[in-house]
Amino acid sequence: MGVLVSVLGVFDVSFDKLSNGELWLAQFFRGLSDGATYASVALALVMIYKSTGFINFAQGSLALLGVYLAYIFSVEQGLPVAVAVVCAMVASAVVAAFVERVFIRPFPPDHVLPLVIVTLGLLLIIDSAVGIVWGFRTRSLPSMFPSGAPIEWGIAQLTWRTIGNLGTVFAVVGLLYLLLSRTKVGLAFRAVSSNLESARLVGIRVGPTLGFGWALAAAIGTLGGALVVPDLLLEPSIMLRVLIFSLAAAALGGLDSMVGAVIGGLVVGLARNLLVTFLDLSELALATAVAVILVVLLVRPTGLFGSTRVERV
Amino acid sequence: MSPAYLEVAGLRAAYGDIQVLHGIDFSVDEGQIAVILGANGAGKTTTLRALCAMVSTEGSIRLGGEELAGQRTADIVRRGVAHVPQGRGTFPELSVEENMMAGAFVRSDAEVRADIEQWYETFPVLGERRTQAAGSLSGGEQQMLAIARALMLRPSLLLLDEPSLGLAPMITRALFEQLTAINKEAGTTMLVVEQNAALALGVADVAYVLEAGEMALSGPAHELAADDNVRRAYLGY
Repeated sequence: MGVLVSVLGVFDVSFDKLSNGELWLAQFFRGLSDGATYASVALALVMIYKSTGFINFAQGSLALLGVYLAYIFSVEQGLPVAVAVVCAMVASAVVAAFVERVFIRPFPPDHVLPLVIVTLGLLLIIDSAVGIVWGFRTRSLPSMFPSGAPIEWGIAQLTWRTIGNLGTVFAVVGLLYLLLSRTKVGLAFRAVSSNLESARLVGIRVGPTLGFGWALAAAIGTLGGALVVPDLLLEPSIMLRVLIFSLAAAALGGLDSMVGAVIGGLVVGLARNLLVTFLDLSELALATAVAVILVVLLVRPTGLFGSTRVERV
Repeated sequence: MSPAYLEVAGLRAAYGDIQVLHGIDFSVDEGQIAVILGANGAGKTTTLRALCAMVSTEGSIRLGGEELAGQRTADIVRRGVAHVPQGRGTFPELSVEENMMAGAFVRSDAEVRADIEQWYETFPVLGERRTQAAGSLSGGEQQMLAIARALMLRPSLLLLDEPSLGLAPMITRALFEQLTAINKEAGTTMLVVEQNAALALGVADVAYVLEAGEMALSGPAHELAADDNVRRAYLGY
């Protein structure tokens, strides 16, 4: 007990806070709201990882570009925010398909390391290009959802934004499931993810199928960015932070599981908000994400829902 | 004499700098079963992969008079060439039924459903496991699925790479009986690479023996099987 107290002492824990039920609930809702974003970007990461076997570090940057476009369409051009976000999703999908065609497809798909380095390069290029074009001053993007909260318990508010963010993520997962399990392009995408050589041998055109995956992932990532940016401020490094939390979410969920990505995203969102609030870790928020990645890799490298690959030799 | 259905001439293939096939010629008539025999590393698998543009090649590959060399895999498949690769010809994460549907990916006719049911009758275990992930099937069941998946294309030429690999002798025999039955009923031309020379020569019409990337021998399967010198020198039984 004495050890516990002294450990908690390091973190400057206030017992008033810990016994404040409303604060717990408030942070729980905030955590779900953040988690919805991490879940979206993690979903995009998992889609690419499943089909290509590498992590697309440029996923956050494509989302960053998408969110800036949403800002232009809504704040500068005056479109309703939801419409602007949909337009930005389409635009970022087109950009991602182009990026895949020009920078990814020339490399042999079975050598993963060069491709990972290319995506790291794309991250730097896209983030800098956004900074050069739109500058580094912060902007604010309004939320797609109305302000206010239909349900309140003291300081704990279940806001429309939290409800909207969660609903959006579950809708995306549902639509993605239908697309992948009920359509021909979905079958092609899953076949390529499962066995590249056999996919070729049944006549699937692998390149365009992977390009489609990039486009879809970028659209989902942009949507994730549009969910979180109203809570923060829009500036060129914003999605890098989101990317790190989303990587933690994807690792926790198992990297190749879409359900895992969503659950991982929500858990990381909750963990971040609760740890930051109750252990006063606001400077170390990012470290909690890195800690999650480390613990998962050490304890359970396949994550919560990841598949262990068993191969017949 | 009219040209054979599959006419291969001067076929060379390489992985990077390593030349594996040094210009081989062979042909298969329509409706025939041809077998390619040879030691490990002779270039048997590479020959099949070359026909599907899965490896860089030179030379001529004519199917029904049409040149396949230079075409992409996806387009060669659309010409009716189905290939069952060695060992892992299925999509392990997809269900048995989805594997069958993937096999018919380039088809848009209305008879895909009926074909799936037909192959479930030929391979009843696949019908029983239609909703199961392919990766959960046994080795023999996966091999059946890989072949059924290839047949879903309604191929005019079926390439089979070591269909007996890892299968129990009884299952292998049953599989070869089914393949001959399919060959008789649908008239599907087949090119089979096989380690089990005795079994393969028993079902094949013509046989080719590869040695170090060159064609060492060829002839009617029953003649090669009957020649003691050939058996001792190349076939090891």
